Amino acid sequence: MQRYSIVSIARNALTGHRNWQRAWRSPEPKPSYDAVIIGGGGHGLGTAYYLAKEHGLTNIAVLEKGWLGGGNTGRNTTIIRSNYLYDESAALYDHAVKLWEGLSQELNYNTMYSPRGVMMLAHNVHDVQVFKRHIYANRLNGVDNEWLTPEQAKAYCPPLDIRRDARYPVMGAALQRRGGTARHDAVAWGYARGADALGVDIIQNCEVTGIRRDGDKVIGVETMRGYIQAPKVGVVAAGNTTVVMDMAGVRMPLESYPLQALVSEPVKPVFPCVVMSNTVHAYISQSDKGELVIGAGTDQFTSYSQRGGFHIIEHTLEAILELFPVFSRMRMLRQWGGIVDVTPDRSPILAKTPVRGLYVNCGWGTGGFKATPGSAHTFAHTIARDEPHPINAPFTLERFRTGRLIDEAAAAAVAH
Amino acid sequence: MTQSHRLASGGRIDRSKAVRFTFDGHSFDGFAGDTLASALLAHGVHLMGRSFKYHRPRGPIAAGSEEPNALIQLDDGNGRTDPNTRATVIELFAGLRAESQNRWPSLERDVGVINDLFSPMFPAAFYYKTFMWPKSWWESVYEPFIRAAAGLGHAPTMADPDRYAHRHAHCDLLVVGAGPAGLAAALAAGRKGGRVILVDENNALGGSLLNDADGPLEAWLAEVSSELAGLDHVTVLTRTTLTAYYDHNYLTALERITDHTGLVDGKSPRQRLWRIRAGRVVLATGAIERTLVFAGNDRPGVMLASAARTYLHRYAVLVGRTPLIFTNNDSAYRAALDMRAAGTSIAAIVDIRSNPQGALIDAARGDGIRIHTGSVVVGTDGRHRVHQASIARIGADGRLSETLGRPLACDCVLMSGGWNPNVSLFSQGRGRLRFDDALAAFVPDRAMQAVECAGACAGTMTTAGALSEGAEAGGGGIDLPAVEDIVEGPLQPVWAVPSDRTGSRPKAFVDFQNDVTAKDLGIAVREGMVSIEHVKRFTTTGMATDQGKTSNVNALAIVAGQLDAAIPAVGTTTFRPPYTPQTFGAIVGSGRGRLFDPVRKTPMHGWAEANGAVFEDVGNWKRARYFPRPGEDMHGAVQRECMQVRETCGLMDASTLGKIDIQGKDAREFLNRVYTNAWMKLAPGKCRYGLMLRDDGFVFDDGVTACIADDHFHMTTTTGGAPRVLAWLEDLSQTEWPDLEVYFTSVTEQWATMTISGPNAREVLAPLVSEDISTDALPHMAWMEATVAGVKGRIFRISFTGEVSFEVNVPAGYGQSVWEAIVERGKVRELCVYGTETMHVLRAEKGYIIVGQETDGTATPFDLGMDWIVSAKKPDFIGKRGLERPDLKAADRKQLVGLLTKDPDMVLEEGAQVTASDRITIPMPMIGHVTSSYMSSNCGRSIALAMVRGGHALNGRTLHVPQLDGSVVDVTVTGTVFFDIEGARIHG
Ligand SMILES: Cc1cc2nc3c(=O)[nH]c(=O)nc-3n(C[C@H](O)[C@H](O)[C@H](O)COP(=O)(O)OP(=O)(O)OC[C@H]3O[C@@H](n4cnc5c(N)ncnc54)[C@H](O)[C@@H]3O)c2cc1C
Repeated sequence: MQRYSIVSIARNALTGHRNWQRAWRSPEPKPSYDAVIIGGGGHGLGTAYYLAKEHGLTNIAVLEKGWLGGGNTGRNTTIIRSNYLYDESAALYDHAVKLWEGLSQELNYNTMYSPRGVMMLAHNVHDVQVFKRHIYANRLNGVDNEWLTPEQAKAYCPPLDIRRDARYPVMGAALQRRGGTARHDAVAWGYARGADALGVDIIQNCEVTGIRRDGDKVIGVETMRGYIQAPKVGVVAAGNTTVVMDMAGVRMPLESYPLQALVSEPVKPVFPCVVMSNTVHAYISQSDKGELVIGAGTDQFTSYSQRGGFHIIEHTLEAILELFPVFSRMRMLRQWGGIVDVTPDRSPILAKTPVRGLYVNCGWGTGGFKATPGSAHTFAHTIARDEPHPINAPFTLERFRTGRLIDEAAAAAVAH
Repeated sequence: MTQSHRLASGGRIDRSKAVRFTFDGHSFDGFAGDTLASALLAHGVHLMGRSFKYHRPRGPIAAGSEEPNALIQLDDGNGRTDPNTRATVIELFAGLRAESQNRWPSLERDVGVINDLFSPMFPAAFYYKTFMWPKSWWESVYEPFIRAAAGLGHAPTMADPDRYAHRHAHCDLLVVGAGPAGLAAALAAGRKGGRVILVDENNALGGSLLNDADGPLEAWLAEVSSELAGLDHVTVLTRTTLTAYYDHNYLTALERITDHTGLVDGKSPRQRLWRIRAGRVVLATGAIERTLVFAGNDRPGVMLASAARTYLHRYAVLVGRTPLIFTNNDSAYRAALDMRAAGTSIAAIVDIRSNPQGALIDAARGDGIRIHTGSVVVGTDGRHRVHQASIARIGADGRLSETLGRPLACDCVLMSGGWNPNVSLFSQGRGRLRFDDALAAFVPDRAMQAVECAGACAGTMTTAGALSEGAEAGGGGIDLPAVEDIVEGPLQPVWAVPSDRTGSRPKAFVDFQNDVTAKDLGIAVREGMVSIEHVKRFTTTGMATDQGKTSNVNALAIVAGQLDAAIPAVGTTTFRPPYTPQTFGAIVGSGRGRLFDPVRKTPMHGWAEANGAVFEDVGNWKRARYFPRPGEDMHGAVQRECMQVRETCGLMDASTLGKIDIQGKDAREFLNRVYTNAWMKLAPGKCRYGLMLRDDGFVFDDGVTACIADDHFHMTTTTGGAPRVLAWLEDLSQTEWPDLEVYFTSVTEQWATMTISGPNAREVLAPLVSEDISTDALPHMAWMEATVAGVKGRIFRISFTGEVSFEVNVPAGYGQSVWEAIVERGKVRELCVYGTETMHVLRAEKGYIIVGQETDGTATPFDLGMDWIVSAKKPDFIGKRGLERPDLKAADRKQLVGLLTKDPDMVLEEGAQVTASDRITIPMPMIGHVTSSYMSSNCGRSIALAMVRGGHALNGRTLHVPQLDGSVVDVTVTGTVFFDIEGARIHG
């Protein structure tokens, strides 16, 4: 692998940048691999990387139906935080944050993890109770999260409107300072380059159309580019998981919804951190390029089409202007949607399946980007050892049968 | 300053109205009808901005909304500031204040150009390859530096003084674009009587006709405009950009109402967002000229040939006096001919084609214009303005053969790389595109909605063709004016013009605003970015505020060339809404402040307000939280209210509770299925408390439901849960049990609900009620129709305080008067009015749960100690199967308990975690959390409820609650009832 650094840029500048190597090869699929990963998003590529790097599995392939990172990885608003309520989630997401902290160096690819702080606003008594519960639990789990008064919140994020007579006044905020954002494309590309260098075949434009089983075990996948034999198959297909798992005859407890986001035109720095508000339904940050990055809620109806309703955008911007009236004259430059796969308890599934050799990593819903390195790392362990890593062990498919849920949505609850 | 480049006559400007404005603090004048760009160009000013990355000096390359370079900050000094506004669409008004962006200290002397000098160090995506060492510097040094350098204009810092409006509209036909094709479509459809909406982003109808000299269609334009204006069912909207094309022919359009006036009367909205549902759509959005990608193509003075014609004909402005034309097609010859006719001396026409033929070429030759065929511009010079261009001959193989002597002097370069049908909206509406080799451009192929394209948008590049296609799309049947189009010869695409200039300095830009060069695209491809979406993201081409309108096809073609693939094989990038950036304020419209989310107020809200209530938000309701007396804080008020209720009586507004009227012969059966307990025997006149579970077995909502008649029930829900419960019931009835005959009506707002509670409640209420409300007549958990203070209503004997309680329901309109009557009458017994906070304390004293506070979606009835409410006999109810799952029966589940702090004055914080050990270790095992916690003056100490793992078995045990400051509070586990444990008071 050609190493990247300021020195390598300088050296290449001398030759007019004509000697950069491909970041990854574009190989033809082989007839058989030791394992294939379906889905070339951040989680899939990361899984391949750790399989090769930490488990020595290098005769493997990532099969992507379109282009790397073209799913939710390349569509998300990149919020990273780990201040989840339950021990299981806190452990998983915090594992990811720890990996984020060294990821650029690990991959020799600048993934621009930027811990600028994620501030979650409380707008009513109930929000305050919920956030306090998180803060108490996070502290004891060693996850940073602190309570801010409205004035402290304003000091942390000057454009915030904390007028008491606002429709939903800010009653305080929970701040995770290690939270922040990262560059989504860089995550996909950095993992792809790293995996490729370790020998992984990354195959784009290769849709998986079938999964072959022999009795209760998986033996390979049908693709647009032919049949590929593999004793281990990892499905990391986000919004398409139900469709892919159907190919193996496994029904998933998932619903797929459109989730939308938008950016403004780029402006000079005005917004120092990430702000989320569940009650008024919006979240916002500013990208390194200067665009305000704004996320919306999911549509009410399930769909596989990567488009959502305009009223959702409208409602999101209402919420944004409610919190930040100064942005009224800013303009929406671009809007888009992705399809997120939602589990009944809003926690992911990172697990073995009833089919031997078939593993699934899904259910990240609206918030799986933040988990990318942690999810990939533990999922690789699960595939390589055929048993989960202690951190992802609770995130089984079985839990929906036993009732051992990790209900983060319930934890965020609803106004009484 | 004089308008050195303004022609003495002509143009569509109003010379009788001079307009003064400032640019970067300098004062200029122009005319009404000018844009900021045309007025500056009239003064010979091309330099209007700096590029994003290299801070290169830039002037406008276009005359319309596709402009990538000339981005301006408008600022009226009173909060009206708009970053990144295109000078080419800013209509001039007196007093307009414009500032250039992304430069310091000034546009002419911008220190940012240093980036240009070091540009070899900043190739595409360089930031992914560096800034990784030392690790801590990313956060502290590199990123802040990158952020400061990025961005263009400045975000507003003051509240927006303007307001915005929305309009919902339906039409049979929506026509987008009012050029020849759009006008013909609108006219044809309008004459047939259909409801037609015609929108155009320009300030006048005419489209491309506006950019031409007075032509043969001038009279037709005037006629059609006035005929359309006279048709009632036709809505003509100018200054209106069709911004987005969604599914089911739902489109949005942004109308600019005051932006061009500079007048702010406070009455008219600034902009209006139209939301249009169209039966059919005709897209007549024209075509956008492509740039040519050659070294030095971004120097101020280099612009699209069509833009120069627009400035000439529409604004009577010469963009230069010695234009050099560089083209690969015939259309740019028009610019040469027109500029020549306007008195400029044409430096030359440089035509990539070796042997162009046709009327336009002949005309240019006839005019004595020098034409270099088979030639290209290989470089330009000039610091803030182009002053010469080098030319070389190019062979059929695309290689340069010889350089043509000395560079040619010129003060503008008018380029044309051909035309792209403006398919953005078609593509947004999911239409499929096809690559047309003759046009070397994407054209509409297959529509996915009821939409047609007409004219240049469809790839039809003649006026006659546009007229007839438009007319046909509009339904036909109109006479069209005769026009003769000059036949144009074929173009010859050369996507990346080679250059013989060496080194890294000569740059050939593809995306001007984002400073993406042909070379950057090469780097992307070399590094393995083979998908066009990757190239786009890697280089940022097409991601600027113009969304690639002038650059996308060039980028695609160059990438295809690098990959040795056909252009359509590389694909086309997705066009995402909006077409041009759309103001947040306009999207939101009036949904701001009080209208952001409607405030719901109870019928007694006014009384509470007048009596000093402090309110809290619950869902979208405002609820009175407590009623402080002078000098009282919340704590003081709540303690007083709590004691008074139990000593004498209190009155609370409970109107926000959800109320659902349920009727139908199967209503009872339905209730029996959605609640966990038995409902088949509840007699009319009786009430029952019920718990609803989700199908996974967890508590969803609770409330009391009364039997009005055998087939008629009155259900109450939690305040926040009301909409959710109604939706859930409807869902079940419509999708799961369509066989049951049952109907639901939300009656939350029909009834004013007031609870009078306490030992003296009956004494206070009875004299106001015409009927007998003694315990015999109206026992606990019964209800009756009654007349209260002269108003017919219902009284329910239900209690959330543990005291004797009457819940009086009267029609909402009478709520306040009945309330006042009770308050008045209550004076005999010192009745106190109390709010939600006191209600919370009183119910906690009794161990009553609040769904959403004690429960969080993971609690079963058993966890809550409410086994009694789950029928063992019923064959089924929602959640029964869920409850059967092993984990829901586990012994170590979190269960509801009471907690008493060792120190009776210590009030725990709600949300605090409970631990078994008092030694804090991180991570620390947690066994529960505090759900409710209050100071209870009735108990003389603090009380708390908590969900604790295996809690039902821990009675009497000492547990611990670590505090945020590191200290640990000891607590004792108790039962959940703290007051009147026998429960005698409720029946009294
Ligand atoms: C608008 C939006 C905003 C979001 N914001 C955030 C946020 O702020 N923070 C956060 O943490 N998370 C956020 N998320 C969620 C986050 O994007 C996802 O959870 C995460 O990126 C999922 O990564 P992935 O690799 O699992 O999925 P993806 O990136 O979607 O990758 C799955 C891949 O599988 C491929 N695939 C599917 N079917 C097949 C097949 N049959 N054969 C081959 N390949 C197939 C797809 O093409 C796709 O590339 C957001 C999501 C959206 C849509």
